[in-house]
This record gives sequence, structure tokens and C-alpha cells, in this order.
Amino acid sequence: MEQFTLNLIVVGLTFALYVGIAIWARAGSTSEFYAAGRGVHPVLNGMATGADWMSAASFISMAGIIAFGGYDTSAYLMGWTGGYVLLAMLLAPYLRKFGKFTVPEFIGDRFYSQTARLIAVICLIIASVTYVIGQMKGVGVAFSGFLNMSYEMGLWTGALIVAVYAVLGGMKGITYTQVAQYVVLIIAYTIPAIFISLTITGNPIPALGLFSNTAAEGVPLLEKLDTVIQDLGFASYTAQTDTTLNIFLFTLSLMIGTAGLPHVIVRFFTVPRVADARTSAGWALVFIALLYLTAPAVGAMARLNFVDTMWPNGPQQDAIAIEEMPNWVQNWERTGLLAFEDKNGDGRIEYWADEEKNEAVKVDQDIMVLANPEIAGLPSWVIALVVAGGLAAALSTAAGLLMAISSAVSHDLIKSMINPDISEKGELMAARISMLVAILAATWLGLNPPGFAAQTVALAFGIAAASLFPAILMGIFSKRMNSQGAIAGMLAGLLVTVIYIFLHKGWFFIPGTNSFTDDDPLLLSIKSTSFGAVGAMINFVVAYVVSNATQEPPEEVQDLVESIRVPKGAGAAQAH
Amino acid sequence: MSDRQSSNAYWRANIRTIWICIAIWAFVSYGCAILFRPLLSGIKIGGTDLGFWFAQQGSIITFVILIFAYAWRMNRLDREHGVEE
Repeated sequence: MEQFTLNLIVVGLTFALYVGIAIWARAGSTSEFYAAGRGVHPVLNGMATGADWMSAASFISMAGIIAFGGYDTSAYLMGWTGGYVLLAMLLAPYLRKFGKFTVPEFIGDRFYSQTARLIAVICLIIASVTYVIGQMKGVGVAFSGFLNMSYEMGLWTGALIVAVYAVLGGMKGITYTQVAQYVVLIIAYTIPAIFISLTITGNPIPALGLFSNTAAEGVPLLEKLDTVIQDLGFASYTAQTDTTLNIFLFTLSLMIGTAGLPHVIVRFFTVPRVADARTSAGWALVFIALLYLTAPAVGAMARLNFVDTMWPNGPQQDAIAIEEMPNWVQNWERTGLLAFEDKNGDGRIEYWADEEKNEAVKVDQDIMVLANPEIAGLPSWVIALVVAGGLAAALSTAAGLLMAISSAVSHDLIKSMINPDISEKGELMAARISMLVAILAATWLGLNPPGFAAQTVALAFGIAAASLFPAILMGIFSKRMNSQGAIAGMLAGLLVTVIYIFLHKGWFFIPGTNSFTDDDPLLLSIKSTSFGAVGAMINFVVAYVVSNATQEPPEEVQDLVESIRVPKGAGAAQAH
Repeated sequence: MSDRQSSNAYWRANIRTIWICIAIWAFVSYGCAILFRPLLSGIKIGGTDLGFWFAQQGSIITFVILIFAYAWRMNRLDREHGVEE
């Protein structure tokens, strides 16, 4: 059977599963639409959070980023997991006790201010929309690369599937499809990883294989990798190349950004009790760690595999002859992710760090995950599974983001600001329409991606870290924090961070309008991607100063803070 | 009034627990994996140093254990202070 027929069958089966779940998990009330009726088991919510969190970037790109970045890129591993510790202790249980539907709703109620709520809505929409563009692009690329479909057709097919379960089931439909998508994506990620680890180290568990000896030479894998890539002129894999300050701040920005992203926070509104919100964060991290502990192993092993392929007898001997290239190399050369140029015309491709003599002119980082099944010589159904896994990762994250965007529109804008008298049935209809509009907007952005799409992840994390996370944190842990302080803090953190990003990436990401670059940043060695943590500190300081200079919050708000701090009575809050 | 005193004691115990967890959280990631990595370079593990292991695996494993430990401790505190659901 042709590979693409098999891909179609496997992807078709998973899509049928998602639609089946959607029909079973329809939402009948706003509570079901916004918070899955608060009846999701904590372990299942953990799985759904895993799929919600792990995007096309985690699935396809992260191992490749680590493969080419080595130690420095550990910031992603620690940053995208460490945020869950903050969520579990500092945010999730109290927001679950608060017992409402959206993050801006908490900020608006706690700081007794529609202005604060509106700022939170704006932050939420910018962060989530920039994030969703990448997911939609991932869906289009997967379809066009593996299913012989045009990019546009692929994007519309993906959007249609999301529309079916998100419009019909809201958070409830999204939750249970995310559980299924987690299972698909983790199986698809793990199977090729186990085989590549077995081949290289003889250890079936990739995370252990990373710190084992190679099966062929009996030397530690990381030691061998360090030696071979340094022989080719690349930087050492295990050594630090970036400054300690920047790695520190980058990790911190990713951690607090993770904890502050609304589409992750709202997942914890769906569990029955406050205690469940805490354990559910633990389960979420277990399911995320299954992939995040495998990814660095895949990265290191795939890099070693690639070097061994290019230099079959080591860099001291001849490089690989063009006619001896294995099949997978030729397959991926066709997609443009790999490109070779025999500069010295000797019929061999020499892979070097030095651009002058390097003949492997393009080695896309995504190849490290995508080509794995072929490198390991796995059967074609495994390749089909990887395609389905990549799609599951992209669709589940897109759905979570669209949920956050549409509930901000229907609940925070329409219900709270434009038409407070709307009936529950009317709000449910408004929520479904908002969802549909959000999907259409995201699809349009996927079809016409702005040139800056790849750079906006820094923006999403920067905004979440510098404005949302500190505001929620102070709302829970400081009874004295008032609306003036919170608003001033959010605006200060947001503006400083966005301006710092624009100064380095160009104003509104327009190329050429930047005054600095990330290689030579404005402040010390702090890159624009690492600035979210600094923005958060500015937010805290400004909020503290302004709050202490103005009136303390009213009695009933202080009582609200008292009440969200204890779990007792969360069941009653459901009646709101 | 006694309700309020009990929930104040509960909140103080919660804050204490959070500080301990945050200290461990920061120690493994910002400490062992980044700042103290040069100090730990003498300890070898699987062809590299302990700091590299903490950066790529050790921190993540510690984070998982930390969340469950915090949840377990808070469930006990909830019951001791009579604020559980």
C-alpha cells in the first residue's frame, strides 16, 4: 500500500474517533460549555491538559531544537514543565474555588473593575491568537506534506473537525477529544523513540538511553556525540554557550508564562473539587513529562544518527557519496527540509559547521522527529501514526486556545459588558457563535500567516508572564492589592515587555524597524525572548507602590480573597 | 470568629509549605541545572556532569514529585483545619 493511502486511513480513523466523542459529549448548558460541567476526573483532566499544552512545536520541533542547541535549550525543558509547579501551588486551586468560568472574570471580580477585566481580555486574546496561528500552520503543513492534499484543503479539513467538536461540545467536547488526542500523540512519539534508543544504546527506555553507552563502541552516548560534532567544528553539545543570566531569565520567563497562559489555567476549572485541581496539575505534569523526558533523548540520538549517516566512517575518512544516500535522506530532500550542494564536485556531501565548506546546506530541525521512523527502518504504519500524532498535537492545542478566546468574547465581553441581561440559552448560543468566528479567524490567519508568525511565541509568553501571571498571583496572595495597583502593574509589565520585544524584533514585527538584535541586546545579555520575567518584576513593583499609595480594597473583596483561600464550599460556588 | 482563626492558621501553614516547595523547585532548576552547574562538574553521570542531568531530566522528575507531595500535604492540612470539601 502506498504510504499516503496508509496515512489517510490512520488519520481518518483518528478523526472519526474525535467526531464520535464530540457527538457523545455535547454541551447543554453554559457550565458544560465553559467548564465541562466541572465533572472531569483529575487524571483525565491531566491527560487533556497534556494534549492542550503540547503543541505542534512540542511534538515536531522541540527534539530538533535540543538536537542543534544542546545544553542551552534545556531552558525549554525546565521552563515548559516547571510552570506546572507554580500552577499547582499558586493559582489552580484558588481559581477553582473562585468557581467561575474565565481568567478575565477573576481579574475583573477580584479587582472590582471592568477596566482590569478588559485589559485581561486584551492580553488573553493577543497571547492566544498569536499562539493559534502556529497550530493552524502545523495542521496545513501536515496535510500537504503527508496526505497529498493542498495546504488550503488541509487547513479547512482540520478547521472543520475542530469546529464539529468545539462548537457542539465546548469545553466538554474539547476535554474528551483532548484525552483521545493525548493517547494518539504519546504513542506516536514514543514508538519511534524506543526503536532509535534500542538501535543506538540497546536500552528500550529513551530517557535512560541518553545517559547510557552506545551499543557499537561502548562509550557514553553524550561523550561520543560531543566528540563527533566538535570534530566537525560545531559547539560542544553538553557545554554552555549562552550567558548564565540569559539562560536563567529565559527559563524563568517560560515558567511563569506557562503558569499565566489562560488556555492552560481554565483546564483546572473543569475538575469537581479544589483538591482535584492540585492533583490534576500533578497528573498533567506526569503526562507531559512522558514526552519531555523522551524529547532530549530523541534529539541527541537523532543528531548522532545524522552525523553517522553523513560520515559513515567518521570525519577522518571520506564523506558519504551522493549515490549511497539512504532512502530517507532522498525522501526528505524532496520536501525541502534537507538540501545538499556538492560544492567541490567530488560526488560526496561533506557536513561541516563551517559554512564555506559545508555541503549539507539545509538541515531543518524538524527532520529530527519526522524522519525518525524511516531512519530506524520502522514499518510504514508507524510513519502514518507519527502524522496522526502531529495532527493530534496541533488540533488539541488549537482547540484549547480557541476555547479561551471564544469564552473571553462571549462571557467577558458580551455577557459582562455588552448585554448583561442575556439569558443562559442566549449566552450558550453566543458562545457557540463566538467559537465559530474564532475558528474562521484562526483559519484565515493560517491561510494568510503574517510574516512574523514564527516570532510571536515570545510575545505570547512575554504577555502571559509580565501581565496575567503577576495580576492573578497578587489577587490571591495579597489582600491589600487594589484595583489601581493591579491595573498600573499589568499595564507597566505589558508595555515594557512588548516595547522590549519590538525594539529587538521590529515594531509590530515589521522587518528593519528594530534598533537592537538578540545577539547584541539592549540590556546586559537579556534577549527579547527572556524579558517576560523582567516585565513580571516591573509589574510587581509598580503594583505594590501604587496600591500602597491608594485606598485599600472594599470589605467584600477582602472577604472574597478569604474565601478563595480555603477549599470548603467550592461545591456551592457551582450554582453561580 | 474561631472559623476565621482556624483559616488563618491554615493559610499560614499553606504559605510555609509553598515556600519549602518553591525553595526545592528553584534549587534543582535554577541551582543545580544553571547556577551551581560549574560546582557540580566533578560529579560524572553517563558521559557528562550532574548539572546537565538536572537540566534535562532531574528537574522535571523533581517537579512531578513536588506537586504530588504538595497535594498530599494540603489534603492533610485541609482535614486538620476542617476546611476540606
